[in-house]
Order: sequence, then C-alpha cells, then structure tokens
Amino acid sequence: MTATKAPIEPPPTPRAVRRPGDRIFAGSAKGSGIFILLVLAGVAAFLISEALPALTAPSEDIPGGEGLASYIGPLVLGTLLGAVLALLVATPLAVGIALYITYYAPRRIAAVLGYVIDLLAAIPSVVYGFWGLAVVAPTLVPFHVWAADHLSWIPFFAGPASTSGRTMFTVGLVLAIMILPIISAISREVFSQAPALHREAALALGATRWEMIQMAVLPYGKSGVIAGAMLGLGRALGETMAVAIILSGGAGATVNLISNSNPSTIASNIALSFPEATGVGVNTLIASGLVLFLITLVVNMLARWVVNRRADFSGAN
Amino acid sequence: MAKRIEVSDLNIYYGNFLAVEGVNVSIEPRSITALIGPSGCGKSTFLRSINRMHEVLPGARVEGKVVMDGQDLYGADVDPVNVRRQIGMVFQRPNPFPTMSIADNVIAGNRLNNKGMKKSDAADLVEKSLRGANLWNEVKDRLDRPGSSLSGGQQQRLCIARAIAVEPDVLLMDEPCSALDPISTLAIEDLMAELKERFTIVIVTHNMQQAARVSEQTGFFNLNGVGQPGRLIEFNPTEKIFSNPDQKATEDYISGRFG
Ligand SMILES: Nc1ncnc2c1ncn2[C@@H]1O[C@H](COP(=O)(O)OP(=O)(O)O)[C@@H](O)[C@H]1O
Ligand SMILES: [Mg+2]
Repeated sequence: MTATKAPIEPPPTPRAVRRPGDRIFAGSAKGSGIFILLVLAGVAAFLISEALPALTAPSEDIPGGEGLASYIGPLVLGTLLGAVLALLVATPLAVGIALYITYYAPRRIAAVLGYVIDLLAAIPSVVYGFWGLAVVAPTLVPFHVWAADHLSWIPFFAGPASTSGRTMFTVGLVLAIMILPIISAISREVFSQAPALHREAALALGATRWEMIQMAVLPYGKSGVIAGAMLGLGRALGETMAVAIILSGGAGATVNLISNSNPSTIASNIALSFPEATGVGVNTLIASGLVLFLITLVVNMLARWVVNRRADFSGAN
Repeated sequence: MAKRIEVSDLNIYYGNFLAVEGVNVSIEPRSITALIGPSGCGKSTFLRSINRMHEVLPGARVEGKVVMDGQDLYGADVDPVNVRRQIGMVFQRPNPFPTMSIADNVIAGNRLNNKGMKKSDAADLVEKSLRGANLWNEVKDRLDRPGSSLSGGQQQRLCIARAIAVEPDVLLMDEPCSALDPISTLAIEDLMAELKERFTIVIVTHNMQQAARVSEQTGFFNLNGVGQPGRLIEFNPTEKIFSNPDQKATEDYISGRFG
C-alpha cells in the first residue's frame, strides 16, 4: 500500500530488548551445554590417552599374548550378544505392556501395573545379578537342555547345554528384565500422547481398537519406542555387575548362547580383571572401555538416523 | 446408498452428566441436514452419537434409539465398528494421518476391510475419491507426499475423500469449515452440494449463512442454562427456519446473529 508513496525511511531495526531473566537463562543453558561437551571430551581424551600404550604395545605384552584385537574381539562379541538378545526380548514385551497399560487395561489395573514396572528400575543391578544367579539360571537349565537337543542346528543353541545355567542366554534374559522399565516407560509416554484427533479419525473409519493402534498410535510412537530401545540397549551394553555375577565367562569368541563357555562382556571383564591388572594390562582394559564407548556412540547415532529418516511423516509437523 | 435415520427419545450422557435430552428427529436420505445452535448445546455430542463415536470416551453413554433403515444402531447385537463403517465422519479440525501419504490416507478405511487390495484397484479408488472431493487436480502429482503437507482446506477435502472412499450411507460433518478460510469453505460447500446426490449428510455449523446456503432441513439446538441438558428445540425445512420459525427461541437466535 505504501508502494505508490515516496519511499519511506526503513524503520530502524528493532533492537531486541534483552531482559535479565532471559540473559541469565540463556547463559546458564549455554553453560550447561558447554559443560556437558567438556565432560564428554574429557572422558574421551582420558580413554584415548590411557588406551594408547595398549595400541602400540607388542602383542606378547597384551593379556592373552595374541594382541589387542584377539583380546577385545571376543569381549565385543559377548557384549553385543547379551545386549542384542536383551533388546530382542525386551522391546516387544515393553511395547505390549505399554499398549496394554495405555489402551486396554482398566484404569486401576493400568496404574498398578505401571507402578510395578517402574519399580523394576529401582532394583540395583547387584540384586539382579544375585537373583539371576540363584533363581533364573537354575530355572532355565531345563530350557538349555531342551534347546541343545532340539535347536542345535541353530549356531546360537549349538550346546552342549550348561548345567549351571550361567550362560549368555540367562544373561540376556536378565538384562531384558532390567531394561524393560526404560523401554516400557518411554513407550507408554509416547503412546499415551498419540493425538486423539488421529485416534478418532481411525475409529470413525471403522477401525477396531487394534487397527486404531496400528494406524494412529504405533506410527506416532515409533520414534519414541526406538529411542527407548536405544536407551535400553545402552544400559544393557554397559551393564557390569549383573553380568559379572551371572556369567561364567572367559571363553573365546563363540555365538553359542547356552554352553558353559561364553565370551565375557567388556564392562564385566573390566570389573573382574581391573583389580589384578598391571602395566599394559590396565591400558588394554581401558582400550576395551574405549571400544564400548564407541559402540554406544554408534548405536546412538544409528538411533538418531532411524528416528530422523522419516521425519516428514512423523506427525511432528 | 443414502439411508434415512430415525432418532427417538435419545438421551446422551457424559458419565452422570446429561448433555443432550430427548431428541426426536428423522433425517432424510439424499439431503443435507444442518444442526445449528449456541456452543455447548450438544450439537457435536448428538452428531457423534449417530455413528457411535460418542461412546469411545470413558463413561460416555446413550439411552434411546437411533434407527437406520429399520435397524437400531444401538441394538444389543450391533457392533459399533460396523456402524462407523456405514456412517462416515468429518471432524472440525482436519485430521489426515500424518504418518501416511496422501494416497494411503484416502484408502485408509478401505484397507481395513480389504487388506490385500490390488495396486491398480487402489490407484483407481484414490483417484475416484479425490475427484469426488474436488482435490484430484491439486494433489495428483504428489500422492506420495504426507497428508500433512497440504493446506488446511486441502487437508479437510482429503478427509472428505477418505470418508467417501468407503462409500458410507451417511456422512456426518462437525463444523468442517470452521478452521478454514472463506475460499476453502466455498469449495467444501460446493462439494457438499454434489455429495448429497449420493449420501445422507448431516452437518453441524456455527455459521448460519452456511446452514441457509447448503441445507434442506435445519435443526436448532438450545439449552436453558449452564449445566442443563441441550435439546432439539425446532426441526424444520431450512427455508421455514430462516423465514418463519415455529419457536421464539429459534427466531431470537437467528435474528440475534444476523442482527
Ligand atoms: N468429553 C466430554 N466430557 C464431558 N463433557 C463434555 C465432553 N464434551 C462435551 N461435553 C459437554 O457436553 C455439552 C455439549 O457439548 P458439545 O456437544 O461439544 O456442544 P456443541 O458441539 O454444541 O458446542 C457441553 O456442556 C460440554 O461441556
Ligand atoms: Mg461442537
């Protein structure tokens, strides 16, 4: 409208008024961000500098005498086996529990169940370890025997069956229970936030409750479930005490889940070996810790990537 | 197949709160019936009780009868899921599924009945329904984009396409234009005029000019005060409601708004 008139002086660019509250908040937020980065960098620098001697040491000096790769390799395998097994068991269970609590259970039962599951997270991992050793392992022995008899064509169940049950399989199941609360709590949260608008759209089209969940709840909650699963995976990868107590480890690289000889995991191996380690042995353990750090980093980056891949369709817009 | 709906002595509750009381009305097939009235008088509540969407809220229930072509929709052996497949609904806020493409949104309802629909059949249905909703030309080049990438008016027509793709007998619309600009509103009103050849349409609107423009029959809901149940005060041909209503309350409401 002003186009026909003589050009008017452009208004002075409004100078943002910076109120003290804003400034303090922005400053402290920025400070916290920087602080976290510094801590992370510090941990990484420590790990790298302490691991370096193990990387350069001659292979005879590394515990086991065959070099760093053959020392850490089986530990990586053990770490991944236990954590992935836990994830595969826990995720569907957690999603089922979360859906039951949010969309099926009567309100009272839902509240109680949610509370009980959250309580699982409050149990210290030492307790899980002893429970796994004293209760879960013996209970699972018959399954180990059965699996060795019937499923031995699958490398994971090659056998021979452990008679104590202190196997990677038992560890995986105990870890699954330990990470269940994290995954189910986050899934529950995102499922309950699935917009009523879209749930009603599905119901109004004649969807049953389960179809409504498939159309409007699961797609909406997917990235949250993935995020929860990755948090759970992170916990399972790093879990130390429970694994150290339950697993009869120390054997080389094998994917056999049910025998007495299992690869140990990085975290439990560090805990068990650290007290007696000296010299390059310490550096080797720290190098394995660095590998665990990298694995966790990659897992988190993968999770981000999965979550962002279909951001267009995520419903966030 | 458009169908007639007969409602008798319908009381609608939220828990113990009687929100709508004693509705008796007969809704004609192949016509547009408009429901008007001040906010909070129970128009949406009544509309949602026709396709049994009311009861999805915890504690919400209904007494009375809603009969469609001789069948009581609240009969003991009637599955609400089937009722909703026969009676489509368009909501006040456009609600395409954000995780689905435009094309998948259109046939979302059909996929429920027919999981393994052939690709070519699906494509035909998408085109037919989008044409039916006057949206085809605007979206035909981006059917695989998310439904949420459209403008509000386009999203609402997408929702109409989705509702008509399952060929319902009745189409319920709850203030379908209240979130839209005037041009999109006109597009949807034109669309309704076409759709009434095939469907029985019931529309809630707060816009009385809209009711006057599009509908054959108009129902006026009112309530005596806060906490009182809403009632259907008058139900008559739209011309009569807007020129010579039987009830004083109707006249007050209409003249107040035009006034
Ligand atoms: N989910 C609900 N729970 C309880 N009461 C509700 C709910 N939705 C609507 N109501 C009440 O029912 C009455 C009718 O509301 P509504 O049908 O939305 O009116 P309208 O659509 O005519 O504006 C109002 O008193 C409202 O407060
Ligand atoms: Mg309303």
